[in-house]
Amino acid sequence: MSRIAVTSEGPTLKDMVDPRFGRAGGFVLVDPETMEHEYVDNGQSQAMAHGAGIQAAQVIADSGAKVVLTGYVGPKAFQALRATGIKVVQNLDNMSVGEAVEKYKSGHVDYASHPNK
Amino acid sequence: MDPKRKSNLIVSIASGKGGTGKTTVSASLACVWKKPVLAVDLDVEEPNLHLFLNPEISHQEKIYLETPVVDESKCTLCRMCSDLCQFQAIKVMGETLLTFTEMCHGCGGCLAICPEKALSPGQRELGILSQGSSLGKISFLMGSLRVGEAMSPPLMTIVKKRMMEILGKERADAIIDAPPGVSCPAVCAVMDSDLIILVTEPTPFGFHDFRLAWESFSSMGKPMAVVINRAGLGDSSVYRFCDEKKLPILASIPYDRNIAQAYSKGQVVARLSPELEHKFSDLARELQGYDREAAYA
Ligand code: SF4
Ligand code: SF4
Repeated sequence: MSRIAVTSEGPTLKDMVDPRFGRAGGFVLVDPETMEHEYVDNGQSQAMAHGAGIQAAQVIADSGAKVVLTGYVGPKAFQALRATGIKVVQNLDNMSVGEAVEKYKSGHVDYASHPNK
Repeated sequence: MDPKRKSNLIVSIASGKGGTGKTTVSASLACVWKKPVLAVDLDVEEPNLHLFLNPEISHQEKIYLETPVVDESKCTLCRMCSDLCQFQAIKVMGETLLTFTEMCHGCGGCLAICPEKALSPGQRELGILSQGSSLGKISFLMGSLRVGEAMSPPLMTIVKKRMMEILGKERADAIIDAPPGVSCPAVCAVMDSDLIILVTEPTPFGFHDFRLAWESFSSMGKPMAVVINRAGLGDSSVYRFCDEKKLPILASIPYDRNIAQAYSKGQVVARLSPELEHKFSDLARELQGYDREAAYA
């Protein structure tokens, strides 16, 4: 299974999911089988006045992840992710990165067809 | 100062917030101006100067911004364009180059830099430029932003360019009705003027926004002056501030129900009574005689 990206407030599986996509602190890239993970900082997009979501979408595309778990995705970022075939799961805030990945693995999530922000 | 238009005075009428009476001051000044004058509505998001001046529109044109269109067969995904674009309006995502036309500022950088000539110029409609005249003596120019268009400065820049062309030909002065606020569009509107008039109410809220406007405009080093609307309301903080900063208060328009009513009906305040007409004529005379050098001293 390919890696999934989770918007995160910090670098570990214990950190909370950052509800924002474009302005997330960073992304934890997780291999759902082994739970091995790596952290990509999103500081560059966070500081942007405009287009943070698009920049963040590019970071995800470049990471090779095929699924994003997050809270809210704006319309432009959604469009960008969709164009690249990256699937989005929204409304996964208020839990840790590890919990979000478990929820995803259990199959109790829906892929979003529209941006929720 | 640009020697070509030394004889043209450009006055911007601005305010820290909407609803201060900025537009009625602009319209009144245009009506009593002694020299030929061009009234320019640069409040492109909500233009309403025409409601007061009732101009006859003789010319209208759609204004476009040049935005990139990708020829995928030529694009090698080299990312030179997306690395260049500061606005995230063009982006390589995986195996595709995406454009976000609505975020493009039309700088043309990506078109110039693409080594494969994979980008060609397309268009985004910004809005409409209208030209006409009012009462036979006021030339009129207005920009109206397309509904859904998020950026005003590109359209404003084109309206200002047209303004300069007209001033170059007509030897007229210009009165600009600037958008309210202190953000990028407001600064864009006033930055080419010789003089900025801030319209404010003497209330605590009015003062707060007035002060922000003064702060953001004063860095441009242009002379500023103040017109107080609805004088008699509120407190003395605006007056004290003007005194402290040596900002001349050029006129004060009393708080009056008749004026408020006339305003809501789109009547020009300067036409309401001989007294008000005098007030605005004096103001116009003062502005026309405005000594630019002295104002900087
Ligand atoms: S024209 Fe300028 S703003 Fe528009 S996409 Fe190209 S580089 Fe970006
Ligand atoms: S610069 Fe030209 S070739 Fe390179 S990614 Fe942009 S459009 Fe494609």
